[in-house]
Amino acid sequence: MQQSAAAHPIVEIRKLWFGYERSRPVLRDINLDIARGSVVGIMGQSGCGKTTLLRVIMGALRPSAGEAKVLGHATRGLDTEGLYAMRRKMGMLFQFGALFTDMSVYENVAFPLREHAALPEELLNDLVMMKLNAVGLRGAAHLAPTELSGGMARRVALARSIALDPQLILYDEPFTGLDPISFGVIVRLIRELNDSLGATSVIVTHDVQEALGVVDYVYFMAAGRVIAEGRPDEIRSSAEPFVRQFVNGSSEGPVPFQYPAPGYDADLELASH
Amino acid sequence: MRVADVRARLERLGAGVTTHVLRLGFASRFLGYLVMHSGTALKRFRLTTAEIYFAGVLSLIIILVSGMFVGMVLALQGYETLQRFGASESLGVLVALSLVRELGPVVAGLLFASRAGSAITAEIGLMKATEQLSAMEMMAVDPIARVVAPRFWGGVLSMPLLAALFSAMGIFGGYVVGVQLIGVDAGAFWSQMQAAVDVRNDILNGVIKSVVFGIAVTWIAVFEGYDAPPTAEGVSGATTRTVVTSSLAILFLDFILTALMFTGGTHQ
Amino acid sequence: MNRSTIDLWVGVFVVAGVAGLLFLALKVGNLASFSTSQTYQVQAKFANIGGLKVRGPVKSAGVVVGRVTDIRFDNETYEAIVTINLGAEYQFPRDTTAKILTSGILGEQYVGLEAGGDGVMLKNGDRLRLTQSAVVLENLISQFLFNKAAEGKPEAKEPAK
Repeated sequence: MQQSAAAHPIVEIRKLWFGYERSRPVLRDINLDIARGSVVGIMGQSGCGKTTLLRVIMGALRPSAGEAKVLGHATRGLDTEGLYAMRRKMGMLFQFGALFTDMSVYENVAFPLREHAALPEELLNDLVMMKLNAVGLRGAAHLAPTELSGGMARRVALARSIALDPQLILYDEPFTGLDPISFGVIVRLIRELNDSLGATSVIVTHDVQEALGVVDYVYFMAAGRVIAEGRPDEIRSSAEPFVRQFVNGSSEGPVPFQYPAPGYDADLELASH
Repeated sequence: MRVADVRARLERLGAGVTTHVLRLGFASRFLGYLVMHSGTALKRFRLTTAEIYFAGVLSLIIILVSGMFVGMVLALQGYETLQRFGASESLGVLVALSLVRELGPVVAGLLFASRAGSAITAEIGLMKATEQLSAMEMMAVDPIARVVAPRFWGGVLSMPLLAALFSAMGIFGGYVVGVQLIGVDAGAFWSQMQAAVDVRNDILNGVIKSVVFGIAVTWIAVFEGYDAPPTAEGVSGATTRTVVTSSLAILFLDFILTALMFTGGTHQ
Repeated sequence: MNRSTIDLWVGVFVVAGVAGLLFLALKVGNLASFSTSQTYQVQAKFANIGGLKVRGPVKSAGVVVGRVTDIRFDNETYEAIVTINLGAEYQFPRDTTAKILTSGILGEQYVGLEAGGDGVMLKNGDRLRLTQSAVVLENLISQFLFNKAAEGKPEAKEPAK
């Protein structure tokens, strides 16, 4: 039912379970594929485990059970070197950018290039300028991260994450706290960069409407499980109650409004007299 | 007090002790890892040099000024007491030995912990809280090798230099007050000092102390920063802990080292 | 803060720190010690070394000519064996006396050498034959009391006559 890809999926997850403690799993029996070249969204409420899933894909967390295969390597068996080799083909955009505050914008984008490729300065300069141009911030190259607005900082972080031309780009809540214009810019950039680099993108978000407009495929999560998946049009017309509640943003549905509590009367001082 | 209360208190005490022991173990492993992965910090010495600047150079003013005042006070107080025994010509000896053996390494260490140690903890803690360390890891760069190790070596290398400068400034301050202001004979001041201060026993031991303190303070500072909870309260608590723990560690180590080094005359 | 400024200040800092250390070593301490010059060793046996310590000075005519390097106990003769390093430029006759003296009244103890008249000089590994042990305060006091008691006894005898 997923978008059929001629090549091997970039990410294959089978029967994945994960928990920090054995008694409390955060991810339960996850099965998903991410096809090469596609933009895939992982959505759900806060606390459903989507960020944890992203960290498993990143290799920062090892599966407690089951298998996660990224770029052809099973993350469980990787040693540090293998992990770093895998990560050199990936890029990640953190929620608020996570730019290095003691370096300029230029140095931030140059960082992965300096660390992993011994390039002459002129070539390095060209590459950095190209990446900054792709996100529209070539003119801001010599500013400090503290001088940037939220949207600009995130775009610089995006330029940094594509510095090594990754095959897989991960986005952790990329739309949080952005104004509508910056929002639109980021959305456009995600799509453009994915296609121009020939990469695959995974977006973890709960901004449903905008995400549905940019992704090719969606996985919905709740309480650590994948409860629905499909293409955006399928999701919009889905009859599944949770998906409906989420897509419509309504307060009534399978996810209750009230946090579990004893009877209202018990908590009211007046009623008890 | 009921039995249950006593028991609860004992349990909490035990848990507290266990937590500290576990933390110490983690800190030791952290130090071991840090030292083993110091290749980047030493090969790309520019990184360490920048940290020597932030930890050492920026602490210079406070060290030099404090050193001078400590020396001046030593001279004032020392003269008061020495002249009662007709030993005011030994003022130089008093000032020099106090500084070189004890006050130089200890006070410089305490000042270093407050200024540079807390700055290092706050910086690393904040980098952790804003996910900069995770971002680095995601770019396949080991944050401990790239961020923590240079700061560690920067602190370790700065500390002995700062302690030496503290002692030197203190002796100068003592000279200014003792000879210029009070009127102790300059010749006696320096010659008695030179006769009494032994390079191997006093100065070298003082340097060894400052190296040990430097390692302790910087270790505590980088560890607390790295281990800080990634919140505002977490980082501020870590910074406070660095200053408190470093200060206690310095005083404790000072006792141990002094006992080892300076009472060696009692065993032949 | 650019690279070269940082490098400059770090350089200044390191130079200043090393200068401070040198100042301490040269102007404050006694770097002109016996560690660099040539020395030769002699030994001396004492019945009691008192408070003499290793690294204590060895003086002759008040001038430091060497250091005590080792203090041991001879289990056969029940005496202390003290090893001394003397500066090569100081030659002493074979019959030099070694005494354990105190600087000041209650100061630290040192080995004092009084040159003899022998024509042959001490060589490395020789032993000083003539030694005088340290004055032990308790012995002094008990000697004093004994003398006092001895003075008092003949007087006490007289009235009894």
